[in-house]
Amino acid sequence: MTHSSPARGELFIKALVLTIGVLLLFAPFLFQDTRSLEVAARICIFVVLVASYDLLIGYTGIVSFAHTMFFGFGAYGGAIALKQMGPGWDAVIVGAITGLAVSIIVAIAIGLLSLRVKAIFFAMITLAAASVALVLASQLSGLTGGEDGITYKTPQVFKTATKLLVDENGKVARLFGVKLNGKLAAYYFVFATSLALFILCLRMVASPLGTVLKAIRENEARAEAIGYRVVAYRTFVFCMAAAAASLAGTIYAIWLKYTGPDTALSFTIMIDILLMVVIGGMGTMYGAVIGAVLLVLAQYYLRDLMGVAAEFFHGVPVLPELFDPDRWLLWLGIIFILLVYFFPKGIAGTIWTKGARD
Amino acid sequence: MSQPSLVTENLTIRFGGHVAVNAVSCAFNPGELTVIVGPNGAGKTTYFNLISGQLTASEGRVLKGGEDITRLAPSARSHRGIGRAFQLTNLFPALTVLENIRLAVQARSGHGWRFFSPASRLGALKQEADQFLQATKLSDKAHMAAAELPHGDQRKLEVALLMAMEPDIYMFDEPTAGMSLDHTPDVLNLIATLKEDKTKTILLVEHKMSVVRALADRIIVLHNGELLADGPPDEVMQSQIVRDVYLGSSGEDAA
Repeated sequence: MTHSSPARGELFIKALVLTIGVLLLFAPFLFQDTRSLEVAARICIFVVLVASYDLLIGYTGIVSFAHTMFFGFGAYGGAIALKQMGPGWDAVIVGAITGLAVSIIVAIAIGLLSLRVKAIFFAMITLAAASVALVLASQLSGLTGGEDGITYKTPQVFKTATKLLVDENGKVARLFGVKLNGKLAAYYFVFATSLALFILCLRMVASPLGTVLKAIRENEARAEAIGYRVVAYRTFVFCMAAAAASLAGTIYAIWLKYTGPDTALSFTIMIDILLMVVIGGMGTMYGAVIGAVLLVLAQYYLRDLMGVAAEFFHGVPVLPELFDPDRWLLWLGIIFILLVYFFPKGIAGTIWTKGARD
Repeated sequence: MSQPSLVTENLTIRFGGHVAVNAVSCAFNPGELTVIVGPNGAGKTTYFNLISGQLTASEGRVLKGGEDITRLAPSARSHRGIGRAFQLTNLFPALTVLENIRLAVQARSGHGWRFFSPASRLGALKQEADQFLQATKLSDKAHMAAAELPHGDQRKLEVALLMAMEPDIYMFDEPTAGMSLDHTPDVLNLIATLKEDKTKTILLVEHKMSVVRALADRIIVLHNGELLADGPPDEVMQSQIVRDVYLGSSGEDAA
C-alpha cells in the first residue's frame, strides 16, 4: 500500500502529458499548415485556462462561471492597448498589467463578498458578473468595438512578413522546410508563456498552499479549526486563477490579432473549460492538458473525420446520413457521454488511481 | 494555584427559545485534566464549540490567558493555542496521513501561504510531522489516505493532528468513541503522555467511567446546559445529585 515507487497509472499520465508537450514544442515543424498551428496555439492557451480553473474547482472546490470573464479582461486589455497605443511591446505590457489589475480587483471583490456563503450562491454571483462583463463588452462599442470586436497590429516580430533569419538571397530562411518568420515567433511566444503559466500552476498544487487548498476542499470546518482562514485562502486562489486566466487572455489576443465577444468572453468558452476539466480529470492538473487536447482536436477535426466516414459508407443505407459532417455535434455529445461513463474521475484521474490500486 | 489558562464567564448560547448552554462559569488551569460529563444533550459539545469558536456565544465571555477571544474565528483561536479534536472523525479524507499532520504543522509555522516551493522539499516540515507520526505509531501508514485507515487509526490520527498543532489547551470530544476495547488504550496513553507535561490544560468529554477514573484530576457535570457539579473525581462521583441525573442512567458503566 505504501508509495515506494510511483504507480503505473501515474507514470503513464505523466509520460502522456510529456509527449503532448514535446509534440506542441515541435508542432510548427511536425504539422506544417496554418490550421494545425492555429490548433496547437489554441491548445496551449486552453491548457492554461483549464489548469487555472482546476485550481478552483478541482483543488479548492470552488465553482465559478467567471473564468472567461477574467480571460476576457486580459484579452480586451491587450487588444485595447494595442489598438490605442500602436503595435509595441509597451502596449503589450500596459495591456497585460491593466487586464491583470482589473481581474484581481474584481476577483477580490467577488471573493470577499461571496466566498463566505454557500457554493451555489457563489456560483450564481460569478455567473451574474460574467453576464455583466459580456453585456458591457458589446455595449461599450467605442472602447471594445462592440459585437464586431477589435482588430489590431501586434509587435513587429510577430508579423507574418517578418523575417527572423534570411538566407544569402535575402529571402526568409527555412529550417526543415519551415519558414522562420514572425508567425513562428508568435507561436513560440504563446507556447513559452503558456508553459510557464502551467508550470506555475503545477508548483502551486505541490506547495504547502496546495495542501491547504485540498484541505479546504476536503473539510472546510476542520481546516478552519486547525488554523487556516478559509475565506482568505479561497479569495487568494480565486485571484491567482483569475490572474492566470487574464494573462492567457492577453496572450491569445496577441496570437489572434483580433478580440471580440466570441473569442474572449462568450459562455461557449466557459462550457469548453468545464468540459475539458471534467474530461481531463478534476484535481489532477495533468488532466487540463489531456482535456484541452481532446476537446480542441475534436472541435477542429471531428467534422473532417466524419466527412471521410460518410464517404467510406457511401451507398450503405442510413450510415452516410448518420456520419454526415453536419451531425458532428451529435457525435461530440456521444463521445462526451462515453468518456464520462468510462472515466468517471476524468481521464487523468481515473487512470492515475487505477495504477495505484494494482 | 497559577493563573487559569482558560476561563468561561457566564457562557450562554440560545438557539431560538432553547438555551443549550446556560451561564456556565468555569476556570481551567495548566497541568490539569478536566473531564466533562453529562447525559446526551447536556450541552457538552456545544460548550466545546463555544470555546473553540465553531459557535459564538449569545452572552458571556471566553478568556484565553486573560485575552477575550469570545468573538474570534476558529482559525484565530487555534493560533492562540486552542486545539480541538472532534467527536465524529473529522479529518481530510482524501489526503494522506502525512499530509494531514503536515497541515497542522504548517498552520502553526505559518507556511500555508508559500505557493512556489514544493511541500515535499520543505524538510523541516516533514521532520516535524514525522515526530508526531512516530509518537502516534502511524509512521508505517504515512502514505495511506486518511479515509483508508481503520477506524481506530483514524481516531489516533485525530489525536496526532491535535498534537501537531502544539496547543496549550487540548480539547478532546469523546476520543475513544466507537473504538474497540483493544484500541482504546492507545489513545488514552497518548492523552496520559500529554498530561505528564504538567503545563497543558486538557479538557475531555468522555462517557466511559474507566477512562474518567484513570485520567481525571477534576470532573465537571453539565446537565440541561447548566453546570451541575465541579470538583475532584471522588467527590463528584459520590454526590447524590450527580448519581441521580447522570450515573443513574448508565448504571452498569458506573459499576
